[in-house]
Amino acid sequence: MNEIHDYAIIGDCRSAALVSREGAIDWLCWPRFDSPALLSALLGEGAGRWSLRPARSFRAERAYIEDTNVLETRFFTDGGTLALTDLMPVAAEAEKRRMLMPDHEILRMLGCERGEVDAEMRLEVRPNYGRDRPTIRRAGELGVRIETPEGLLTLRSDLDCEVRDDGVVTARGRLREGERRYISLSFAAQWQAIIPPLGDRARQAIQRSIAWWRQWASKLEYQGPMKASVVRSALALKLMIYAPSGAIVAAPTSSLPERVGGDLNWDYRFCWLRDASFTVRALFGLGCYEEAEAFLSWLLHSTRLTQPRLRVLYDVYGRQPRSERELSHLGGYRGSRPVRIGNAAADQLQLDVYGDVIDAAVQFVRRGGAFDRDTQRMLCAFGEYVCEHWRQADEGIWEPRSGRAEHTHSRVLCWTALDRLLELHQNGCLRRAPAARFAAARDAIKNEVETRAFNASRQCFVATLDGDRLDANLLLLPWYGFADAASANMKSTYAAIRDELGAGGHLLYRYRESESPEEGAFGICSFWGAEYLAMGGGTAEEAARALEELCGYNNDVGLFAEEIEPSSGAALGNFPQAFTHVGLISAALTLARRLGHQARAPAQPAAGEQPAAGG
Amino acid sequence: MSFGGWLLWGFVATVVLTTVMAGSQGLRLTRMNIPYMLGSMFTPSRDRAKAIGFGLHLMFGWLFALIYVAAFHAWGAATWWLGAAIGAVHALFVLTAGMRIMPGLHPRMASEEQGPTVMRQLEPPGFLALHYGVQTPLFAGLAHLFYGALLGAFYPLPG
Repeated sequence: MNEIHDYAIIGDCRSAALVSREGAIDWLCWPRFDSPALLSALLGEGAGRWSLRPARSFRAERAYIEDTNVLETRFFTDGGTLALTDLMPVAAEAEKRRMLMPDHEILRMLGCERGEVDAEMRLEVRPNYGRDRPTIRRAGELGVRIETPEGLLTLRSDLDCEVRDDGVVTARGRLREGERRYISLSFAAQWQAIIPPLGDRARQAIQRSIAWWRQWASKLEYQGPMKASVVRSALALKLMIYAPSGAIVAAPTSSLPERVGGDLNWDYRFCWLRDASFTVRALFGLGCYEEAEAFLSWLLHSTRLTQPRLRVLYDVYGRQPRSERELSHLGGYRGSRPVRIGNAAADQLQLDVYGDVIDAAVQFVRRGGAFDRDTQRMLCAFGEYVCEHWRQADEGIWEPRSGRAEHTHSRVLCWTALDRLLELHQNGCLRRAPAARFAAARDAIKNEVETRAFNASRQCFVATLDGDRLDANLLLLPWYGFADAASANMKSTYAAIRDELGAGGHLLYRYRESESPEEGAFGICSFWGAEYLAMGGGTAEEAARALEELCGYNNDVGLFAEEIEPSSGAALGNFPQAFTHVGLISAALTLARRLGHQARAPAQPAAGEQPAAGG
Repeated sequence: MSFGGWLLWGFVATVVLTTVMAGSQGLRLTRMNIPYMLGSMFTPSRDRAKAIGFGLHLMFGWLFALIYVAAFHAWGAATWWLGAAIGAVHALFVLTAGMRIMPGLHPRMASEEQGPTVMRQLEPPGFLALHYGVQTPLFAGLAHLFYGALLGAFYPLPG
């Protein structure tokens, strides 16, 4: 079985597929990221795979075409070289108005670059996470029709296809130097299908997609260290944005293990509010204003039904995901069971989300935005909720299923929520806020954190009030403006975290390894460490070294999972992980500002245009 | 003939037919979207096609209601079951003859014989529109039964 980092992602900003180094698509959910998987060999043999590769032994190399999410895999065989181009075609809205396009499509192009190569294809669609068998029939020139409960798949191929009795579609063909073959799998859920022709149309779709991604990447304003890693992270993040709503999924996969063979297997195909602040700051920092404002708009709309209570996570349309279930028929990635769909963390209490959502909203105002009255009322209601509940214990950012505690991080985020609301009030953006009440609660939280979350004997901040454990999320205290990165208390906290949670080099565990044995170093926590240095906790050179080292843990196409196995550098957890890429971008932006590369500061209100965000 | 009755109940019956079809499409019981099929004759843009097709569908609904009304007048009776019977014949005609000639009439519809081209990519309906899901004939039939029954029940036959 492939390693997690042997995969690359392709997508169309609505859904995604994982492609292995051997040219196999082992994960595909259509029509949305969180739809039941049509191909899920990633989580169990026989659960659906689409492979396309040379018939004989080969060596493979791959890379994304520069500044795109179009993947190119080159197979080197004794007889010749075969290039496989994989993508989900995308187009600008104006182009979509001028032509018919399938709702969803995976387009694969084989091109022989040298010699002669026999290629073989094998498609086994197993809808509903491998539980169902589709109805398959040949439909003449319309291709092979594969009826699934989710919709109709249409396979069209330049290779001669055979539909076997066991529901597998196979094809084989010989390509000589200069020859090309196209294979298209398209999907229609609610409408009459659009059946794409191959040939020139397919070639144009590839060119159009490459141009679309490059045009998007050209708008990135980042000029600073590790630019290639930042651009790849931005492209990965863009793939995980559900374009119709602006929501961003944490990852496009479910149940890739945080501990191989273990039970830390979760479904990440939803949108976590805790990611809001980092994500919005990263998007604004990169110059992705449309994406940042769409995400913020989703954030404020999606929470309408539960306000002022904020839930931990929502689906891409702001609904509650279905309850968590285990798929006992799947063996799991390398035996990591159970495989879960849905996420029970949705019912947890995480008070930190208020700070993240409000901080995200403030980033919009700092860039010249303004809120309508409904949104102002909503933000005030969040503040009132925080004033009433900040003393409660909660599950905290890591969503343990072992119960609640008084988490320092959650308290600091409650402080952040009230501090930002008071900033909005002082700027005249939140006129009717109960400022005195907010200020009193904010000061009380600060006082409590400073007295009960700072362990005098250890001389550092600790994970829970009156506790002695450390947590990498304490590195965020300066990021939210609660503490000065260069202060003695933060420096001693950083030193203690490096000492106790260090996993080699600049890698960090999120908490003590003994609390979760065999779990990997946490990607975003490691980037928080680098960003802490960039914020003033260390020198710029130290921060640059840390960032460069951490960027080196990506896979060959620049992607990160949630965690990194420290000894081998292998990826662990769901893949690719938006939060890790956001952490990379955030650290790079902070370092770039410190080095003077990046003119764009996060905190100053922009003059001039005042875009309005509705709630 | 009651002009007002034709206009009103032709409109209501068309709205109900459209709702049944849209509802069954939303519930993933069929992929047949008649407004999109009609509108895509005039534009490849999905949003525009839906809007144009909706207008055309409404107009066709009124026009077909004229045939129902003519039948009621010829029989000298308008009852729900008589309307439903005409609806059944109407559905059968649409699903058999109507759907079979669609690839020939529709400039953007592919055919099984020739396959898709750059211009023709829309999935053809096939016999009984079964390409759009095996339950398509059932819900298309039901929608037309409702359409006819409503007209028959409420169209005010003079005298």
